[in-house]
Parts: sequence; structure tokens; C-alpha cells
Amino acid sequence: MSEFINMGGYGFYVWSSFGIAAVVILANIIEPILHHKNALKEADDFYSEES
Amino acid sequence: MNIIIKWYYRLGAPLWFYPLAGKLIPWVTALFLLFLIPGLYMGLVTAPADYQQGESFRIMYVHVPAAWMSMLVYFAMAIAAVVALVWRVRMAEIMIISSVPIGASFALIALLTGAFWGKPMWGAWWVWDARLTSELILLFIYLGILALYNAFEDKKTAGKAMSILTLVGVVNLPIIHYSVVWWNTLHQAATVTAFDKPSIHIDMLIPLLLMATAFKFLFLLVLLLKMRANLIEQDIHSGWVKKIIQDKQKLEENNHV
Repeated sequence: MSEFINMGGYGFYVWSSFGIAAVVILANIIEPILHHKNALKEADDFYSEES
Repeated sequence: MNIIIKWYYRLGAPLWFYPLAGKLIPWVTALFLLFLIPGLYMGLVTAPADYQQGESFRIMYVHVPAAWMSMLVYFAMAIAAVVALVWRVRMAEIMIISSVPIGASFALIALLTGAFWGKPMWGAWWVWDARLTSELILLFIYLGILALYNAFEDKKTAGKAMSILTLVGVVNLPIIHYSVVWWNTLHQAATVTAFDKPSIHIDMLIPLLLMATAFKFLFLLVLLLKMRANLIEQDIHSGWVKKIIQDKQKLEENNHV
């Protein structure tokens, strides 16, 4: 297991790369979900006031 | 007749697209994970270490798919830009602006993971090499498109300006692709090309192709999510959003009773 984390001495570089990619990708999935939620809420409020 | 077609393009399409995209999202997520999980496992665990670069070559499994996608997303945007400009299809403009964040993110991932690969292999985080510089320019073009679109209050003008800039930026794609051929660079040449046998062992190639496929579904997933969000936000006062919200409110009322 520690061998896997160590990556033949390149652990810092390998895991930093995969970590950065994971963070950027997750942000790209979460942001549109929140954007969509907010937009729906805004629309919901708009049509609730109207009726 | 012309007015009906125009109305269909400008307002009719979202009413059809929005629920369809919603139905597709779980399937695209499943396909993304289906390719990602074995791709990660094979790339990080079972693929043999490189005889020159040791275990550091595993960075390739996120670096190369991200770099490919940064260009593929741009290419898709350029096609949408032609559709937007020639046929005045608003949905194509929504597709472009919804692709920009994920395209820029792929370029950013390619640049950052490249730095973390370059440091142990070349001894430098960054060099002003043709491949690296042209990829950095691609990131700036993405950001420029986003800034231009947001600079206009009127989304019709914004869409047109954005489509034109997207087409202008296409010249950078062949520069990135051929940069390792045209210039003498530190960056290694392509090991996987469309027409030649890849100069990479099959056990190393399979996880790369799995990761590349996973990233394609990731793009599709983020695109669908972002297009739905942008459509609701921009069309909040239009009939189709009203219909969707009223249907939703009715459903909620029925659930309360």
C-alpha cells in the first residue's frame, strides 16, 4: 500500500496531478447543478408572485 | 411561415431540449463512471511502469485526455459557432457558452498536470516551449470568449460576437497539434495518432483510451447540466419556463394534498 502511495518516489507529482484534476472536475459538476438550482428557484419565485 | 420557424428556433427548441437533457443526465453519469473507474484502476495500478520515466508516467492518464479534450471541446464549439452564425440557431450559442468553463478547465488541468510531470522529468515546472505556450493561449482564448459574452447585456449580440471570436480562435488548434513537429521542443511527440500504430504498449494504451472515453462523457455531462442552467436563467420570462414551473408547482401541490 505505501509502495502504491510512494509511486517509485514520484508520489508527490502523481497524486498532486490526480488531486488537482479531481478538484477541477468536481467543481465543474457542482457549479452547474447549483446554477440550475438557483435559476429554478428564481423562476419559481417569479411565477409564484404572479399568480 | 418564416416567423413560425424562427419562433421554433428561438423558443420552441428549449421546451423539447430541457426535459430530454434531464433524462439523459443519469445515463451519461453512469457511462462516465463506467469508463472512469476501470481507467483509473488500470492506469494507477495494473499498467506497468515506464522503462524511462518510472511511475511518473501515470500522470499521462489525466494529462493526455485533458489536453485532447481541451482541443475537442473547442472544435465542437467552432462547429456550433458556424451553425449559430449561418442558421441563427440560438441553441448553438447556448451550447458554446455552456462548453467554455469545462473546455477552459480541461486546458487548465492539462497545463497544471503538465507542470507536475515536467518538474521531475525536465527539471522545470514551466518552459516557454511551443506546445506549452500554444496550450496556454488556448486557455486565454476560452477566458476571452467568456469575458466577451458576459460583456454584452443583449444576449443576441453577445452570442454573435462570441461565435465570431470562437471561429477566429480555431487557428490555434493546428498550432497546438503540430507544435511538437514544427518546432524543436522539450515536449515529447504524440505516441497515439489516428493513422499510425501507437508507439505505446497495449497495457499502457487501454487505460489511456478508457480515461479519454470517460472524459468525453464528462464533457457531455457538464454540457447538459450547464445548458439546462443557462436556458432557465436566460428564458425565465418566456412561455416554456413558465410551463415547466407551473407543471412543477402543480406536482408539488398534488403531493401536499
